[in-house]
Amino acid sequence: MATTQVEPVPDSYLTDPRGLRSWLVTRDHKRIGLMFLVLISASLALGAVFALLIRTELTLPGGQVVSTGAAYNRLFTLHGAVMIFLFVIPAIPSSFGNFVLPIMLGAKDVAFPRLNLASLYLYVVGMVFFLLVLLLGGIDTGWTFYPPYSTSTATPVVLAVVGAFILGFSSIFTGINFLVTIHTMRPPGMGWFRMPLFLWSLYGTAVIQVLATPVLAITLLLLAVERVLGIGIFDDKLGGDPILFQHFFWFYSHPAVYIMILPAMGIISEVISVFSRKHIFGYDFIAYSSIAIALLGFLVWGHHMFVSGQSPLVAMIFSALTFTVAIPSAIKVFNWLATMYKGSIELTPAMCFALNFIFLFGIGGLTGLFLGALATDLHVHDTAFVVAHFHYTMAGGVLMAFLAGLFYWWPKITGRMYRVGWGQLAALVVLIGFNLTYFPQFIIGARGMPRRFFDYTQLVQPDPDFPMLKPHPEFVYYQIISTVGGFLFVGGLVLVAINLIGSCFGGRKAPANPWGAATLEWQCDSPPPRENFASAPEAGDCYDYDDLEYDEQAQEYVKLP
Amino acid sequence: MTQSQEPPPAPRDGGNHDAAPLAHHFDSLKQQYDSAKLGMWVFLITEVLFFSGLFCWYAVFRANHPDVFVDGHHFLETPLGAFNTAVLIFSSLTMALAVRSAQLGRRAPLIGLLSVTLLCGLVFLGVKTAEYRQKWHHRLVPGQARIEYFFSAKRTDGVSAPPAKEFLPEGEGQAQYRQYVRQHLAHAGEEILTEEQLQGRIANLRSFMGIYFTLTGLHALHVIIGMGVIFWILVGAIRGRFGPRRFTAVDLVGLYWHLVDLIWIYLFPLLYLIH
Repeated sequence: MATTQVEPVPDSYLTDPRGLRSWLVTRDHKRIGLMFLVLISASLALGAVFALLIRTELTLPGGQVVSTGAAYNRLFTLHGAVMIFLFVIPAIPSSFGNFVLPIMLGAKDVAFPRLNLASLYLYVVGMVFFLLVLLLGGIDTGWTFYPPYSTSTATPVVLAVVGAFILGFSSIFTGINFLVTIHTMRPPGMGWFRMPLFLWSLYGTAVIQVLATPVLAITLLLLAVERVLGIGIFDDKLGGDPILFQHFFWFYSHPAVYIMILPAMGIISEVISVFSRKHIFGYDFIAYSSIAIALLGFLVWGHHMFVSGQSPLVAMIFSALTFTVAIPSAIKVFNWLATMYKGSIELTPAMCFALNFIFLFGIGGLTGLFLGALATDLHVHDTAFVVAHFHYTMAGGVLMAFLAGLFYWWPKITGRMYRVGWGQLAALVVLIGFNLTYFPQFIIGARGMPRRFFDYTQLVQPDPDFPMLKPHPEFVYYQIISTVGGFLFVGGLVLVAINLIGSCFGGRKAPANPWGAATLEWQCDSPPPRENFASAPEAGDCYDYDDLEYDEQAQEYVKLP
Repeated sequence: MTQSQEPPPAPRDGGNHDAAPLAHHFDSLKQQYDSAKLGMWVFLITEVLFFSGLFCWYAVFRANHPDVFVDGHHFLETPLGAFNTAVLIFSSLTMALAVRSAQLGRRAPLIGLLSVTLLCGLVFLGVKTAEYRQKWHHRLVPGQARIEYFFSAKRTDGVSAPPAKEFLPEGEGQAQYRQYVRQHLAHAGEEILTEEQLQGRIANLRSFMGIYFTLTGLHALHVIIGMGVIFWILVGAIRGRFGPRRFTAVDLVGLYWHLVDLIWIYLFPLLYLIH
């Protein structure tokens, strides 16, 4: 039903209607997305504080921040749990996904706006549970909640598990919403293979959210029931099976890393094409590879359990399947590079972060093959090598894409332009800081530095009990580099925050299409009016930039007549 | 705005024939209906996967410890389970007919059929309660000591909680419990000779009851939620809110109820009918 308004809407979604109450009960996907963005960024900041504490602790052998292993256990558990459940999983779908998915479809909202609001409130409740855990002194199980330790430790595991359970439902609701919206609300003229690739990646993400998250939900529920009522499910002392938990947990948590990385890849597909001013290369392959990753992601969970005692045959199968996931991921990377080839590359901050993504995700992905191969995994299992690998994919991948998306859509979300130069500088600082932090961890990990150790005095001096651990005083130098890099990395993020938040106060007003992108969200005003479009837009080729030209006077791209 | 593609045909009698209000973000009623239906199916998929975790747990334990199930099922009342199965299957029929009545705009049958469905749910829960009560009486409920503690004065008196692992009652109750297990298995044709055998049987029983209560408990929770939404639909039906152009809610609740029913159809043989 087309709205009949003729004159442009004076108010944006930010001011129409006004008042706190209108925000709290809003069903507008843009407001929900923006509130998600704020909460998720706050979670990122909290997780980063824990990260810096961990880095400071590890700088030198012996205790710097904490004096016992038990306290360190809480520190890395809180870092992991906050970052995974509150930041990386919802980071892109719940914030940018919510904001742009309906606009990219030329729709007024997602299919179930109330469910969307429920998703936001579930996220808030889950967050409250995590904060309660924090106030009660934290938990010390690691973010994976492995039993039998998690069923016997005295820390408030049940609270954390219920928190993660609730966050899971937030994720499921978002997934259902996106799946249905993409199925039923595409505009006329936009077939499946004319959708922006970000939507394809959100579709793949939604499939995983819907299929995997319920399994996590039941697993966490069973863990809570076991802890409270003593039913023997996972604890061997009660007749349970701890390996069963690992299977259940990774059946969700491995696909969950694709919940994290797929939308990130979607953002990169958009950003690379726009700022190369060239049609995306191999559209169909990128689209299919999103679905392939979503489906293959379900078949590889056993590679987290190579040393758990599963049968060698099973381990070999999981190892082989793990390699297959590299194929669709590599297809995407090749296509992005081919898109840039002979393009007219414009190094805006969004593009800089997208390039960071390709570089860091490349390293993260390739080191993933080391871990997917059985023999090398046995050597580096549970070492800093693993830590470095998943930080290259999660922080180097998802966080970089999150920042790319932030710089890309910020003018659309807030209606303000930030300082481009400072954004580029931040991208450079983040890139240098990131590599200083995590690259040394590949080296010390391969040389035997275990993860989750708060003190490595024993590892830098000869230890008769562990003759295979040769003395490596250089652990210390690497750790110092890593810590310095960590602070630089976070410093870069602070630069981003200052630049973006500062733009809200006195930044230049953003035009409708500052980047010359062809997807539909750039056809409505910045920030968009309440119902996005005054009249239903026409969907064309979303990567065709030929008929867009830069208008010097208005400082924006306009459609050629 | 077109409404022509809206399924089924013209209204027959009473009730409200107005079309469902079209939410602002949809273009047509058909789009709105399709979205709701697809959303419900996707939600049901998540429910299936939720329960699949439980069935997987069951399958792993059944494969690794078949004796747990052989010993355990003697303690369930198969006739009661069978009765409940029949009740739920019947309620699925009445629910399906209720959806049809809503589509045809027949208000009185809709109210009647929804009431019968609701009643079936109540009967199911009643029988389930009787079964649970009996298990409670024989101290077969997992974590019973902790649950008792939680509702007793001991908690406020500052006595610390019994550990989660505690299963057998202390003192005299324990002797009674052992006697009960011994008798019950003897009744089922299994003679327990040694203390070691009895210990093994008790451990098995404990594992089985954990599975039984978790599976049926979560299912019962879904029955309760299902009854809640059926009640909501019933109120709507009494107020004449449904008609041939407006039955999405009835349709979706029907789907949910069928799923709850379906899960029980799996649970019944898996728990009660094993040998």
